[in-house]
Amino acid sequence: MAHAASPAIHADVHDDHDHKPQGFLHRWLFTTNHKDIGTLYLIFSLTMFFIGGSAAMLIRAELFEPGMQLMRPEFFNQLTTMHGLIMIFGAIMPAFVGLANWMLPMMIGAPDMALPRMNNWSFWILPFAFLMLLGTFFMPGGAPQGGWTMYPPLSIEGGMNVAFMIFAIHMMGISSIMGAINIIATILNMRAPGMDLLRMPVFVWSWLITAFLLIAVMPVLAGAVTMLLTDKYFGTSFFNAAGGGDPVMYQHIFWFFGHPEVYIMILPAFGIVSEIIPTFSRKPLFGYTAMVYALASIAFLSFIVWAHHMFAVGMPLGGELFFMYATMLIAIPTGVKVFNWITTMWGGSLTFETPMLFAIAFVILFTIGGFSGVMLALVPADFQYQDTYFVVAHFHYVLVTGAAFGIMAAAYYWLPKWSGNMYSEKWGKIHFWSSAIAVNVLFFPQHFLGLAGMPRRIPDYNVAFANFNMISSIGGFWFGATQLIFVGVIVHCVYFSKNRATSQVWEGAHGLEWTLPSPAPYHSFSTPPVITSGMLAHGDVTH
Amino acid sequence: MISSGVQRGGHALAASVLSVGCLVASAAAYANPVPWQLNMAPGVTSISQRIYDLHMLGLWVCVAIGVVVFSAMIVAMFRFRKSNGAVAETWSHSTKLETVWTIIPVIILISMAWPATKLLVDMANVENSDMTVKITGYQWRWAYDYVDYNKKPTGVHFISSLDADSYKVSQSRSGEDPNSVKDGDYPSYLLNVDHPLVLPVGVKVRFVITADDVIHSWGVPSLGWKTDAIPGIINDNWTQIDTPGIYRGQCVELCGRGHAYMPIVVKAVPKAEFEQWLAAQAPAPAATPAPAPVASVATPDAADAATTVPKI
Repeated sequence: MAHAASPAIHADVHDDHDHKPQGFLHRWLFTTNHKDIGTLYLIFSLTMFFIGGSAAMLIRAELFEPGMQLMRPEFFNQLTTMHGLIMIFGAIMPAFVGLANWMLPMMIGAPDMALPRMNNWSFWILPFAFLMLLGTFFMPGGAPQGGWTMYPPLSIEGGMNVAFMIFAIHMMGISSIMGAINIIATILNMRAPGMDLLRMPVFVWSWLITAFLLIAVMPVLAGAVTMLLTDKYFGTSFFNAAGGGDPVMYQHIFWFFGHPEVYIMILPAFGIVSEIIPTFSRKPLFGYTAMVYALASIAFLSFIVWAHHMFAVGMPLGGELFFMYATMLIAIPTGVKVFNWITTMWGGSLTFETPMLFAIAFVILFTIGGFSGVMLALVPADFQYQDTYFVVAHFHYVLVTGAAFGIMAAAYYWLPKWSGNMYSEKWGKIHFWSSAIAVNVLFFPQHFLGLAGMPRRIPDYNVAFANFNMISSIGGFWFGATQLIFVGVIVHCVYFSKNRATSQVWEGAHGLEWTLPSPAPYHSFSTPPVITSGMLAHGDVTH
Repeated sequence: MISSGVQRGGHALAASVLSVGCLVASAAAYANPVPWQLNMAPGVTSISQRIYDLHMLGLWVCVAIGVVVFSAMIVAMFRFRKSNGAVAETWSHSTKLETVWTIIPVIILISMAWPATKLLVDMANVENSDMTVKITGYQWRWAYDYVDYNKKPTGVHFISSLDADSYKVSQSRSGEDPNSVKDGDYPSYLLNVDHPLVLPVGVKVRFVITADDVIHSWGVPSLGWKTDAIPGIINDNWTQIDTPGIYRGQCVELCGRGHAYMPIVVKAVPKAEFEQWLAAQAPAPAATPAPAPVASVATPDAADAATTVPKI
């Protein structure tokens, strides 16, 4: 390498200046650099997105028409279970942690994350956790098939996959908790002078709050799955009615984790959209303080609404009423966020580059997911919606056009900063429009299926559901294929694009990360930057 | 009055109103899923009608908010384009606006929570039923016990499983057409059973619902609700069907590989016909001493159901 032609020598010299570790293993396996770890998280997440997506393609293929054409019901249940686990713990959560790793130090003017060695560990646990989880496909009895929610007694009827799934979940939980500790330590201790809490970018705020949610609820999940483990292998009866246990208790514990988990997957996306919309509106974020308080309120409410996932388990009337009212309350801070995003655009000077397109689609389609969420909160109506495709449509609007679109918006927004090159705007837009149309063909008809009464998690269905299932499957294949364009755009941008990015990248961009050159140097902000109000995306919040 | 207005408004309008009317009318007509169905069916009980009304209230509130919010967004996207020469303003807060859009949603939410609460209270009232049916979920079939009718134990008990036609077609790569499975005129693939749950019309029926192995959920959209069937726990719910007919549902909680294959069929018949049917089902109908053991078998069930209603 060092004896190659002169441009390469030049690059090496540049690397030396950066103190990048030499050698592949040294650079990636032993890395303590927040940018490299961020890249690892993002690549891992994209890989899992395609593995979980492949499971979804198989599911949609079997559901393309009534009758069992491709697989047995057991395998179908394995696919739905693994699709959920992989997408939640493998695709969405690591993507947000990757974005946090890359961007938080740069946004608060820190040289790196506060706990770099733990950072390395929290990433490198994940590939092993998922190797183990995916390995269950090849075990006798196959992968777990009790649904990603793992309700007992069904979930522990499985074979050896149960132990492997639970151990994998423990490892994912350890990884998440370490990531969250690191993020909190970084944000609270390593801000540059002048970066007061209420001057932090909203993305940083969203992650600070998310990290507290993670620390609060991942141990709860660990407890729930450990009780499953001892019920299966050590003769305990936590959830076994015959031994004096209660299967419903599991659901309460699981959803006490599960509902904050839903916000763990959406709050960082709120943060991303709150960065992107002001940039491409060339106008400060409207109501910065309200946005921060709305995030905090949503996080608080997420702890007191868990049983709205369980309206049909036979709760007492008082419980049903409490959880209905608490759930409806969430619409208020969420509404504030949506209104503030739109008001940020109002009176701006808008351009529509790919990140902005994804952010606008996020606002519209997430709001549609929010609408069905309000309908689901009405308990008597929920007795009809519960466990039908209406719910499937609801949470895919929130998680695909919400969380995943937020991640894609972030990838396009910060890719020039990461790689130093501009991505192809033309192909970015093709990716956007194809995704945005396909995802609606995929998920909108599922509302109709649910209202007509089609249950979720079934491999075969009555012929009345055939038309919309076929449309949904076509949308699914289309959406899945479109994501290959995403990979193409990224690879082209990183390795082949000749279009160099400036340090500011976007005309309306504000914030410390845009004061660094593109690509961002291996070590940034070794000395704290001096912060002025004009650098911040939300303008002067002290008014 | 309305129709004359429509006629004056021209044929196009009349046609569109008519087609919307047809959609609504057809929504009222069907009780079981039909192809291209877009909306929830209003069902056949007063509770299911009220659930449908609540659903439509929620839907229209969301549509109205959606129209306002998305219009504002679309207007912003066209009016404030940089390519149209829009220059960015610099304001970034307005306490008045933010107060307004915190308070208005509160009012809207209360207007939805109020009818929902009233309906929920009515649904929770299982008292004064004339009949009790115990439903037990098994992997992968339902068992029905007619615990009592008019305060008398009946001793009627049977298992309800997927019908043979659906079973045959549903086998992996059976190569048979699911459209060919019919119950009368209705394409009943995976929505038909060997022994339907027969219920009388106009009678308040209380269900006690449990399971024997894993969690299942018993639900029929035309009745408006579903309730989980959980081993070790007895849930209850009730219905009073207004119209005779056949109403189909499915297990709605993942319960293993047979989850898609344990449908529910409720056959609602006039009261007299029901009593005839019940008498025909009753075990050992003739001899006078015979009912005694039957009753003693059924009574613990009834007592059990009556005392353990509220779930822990």
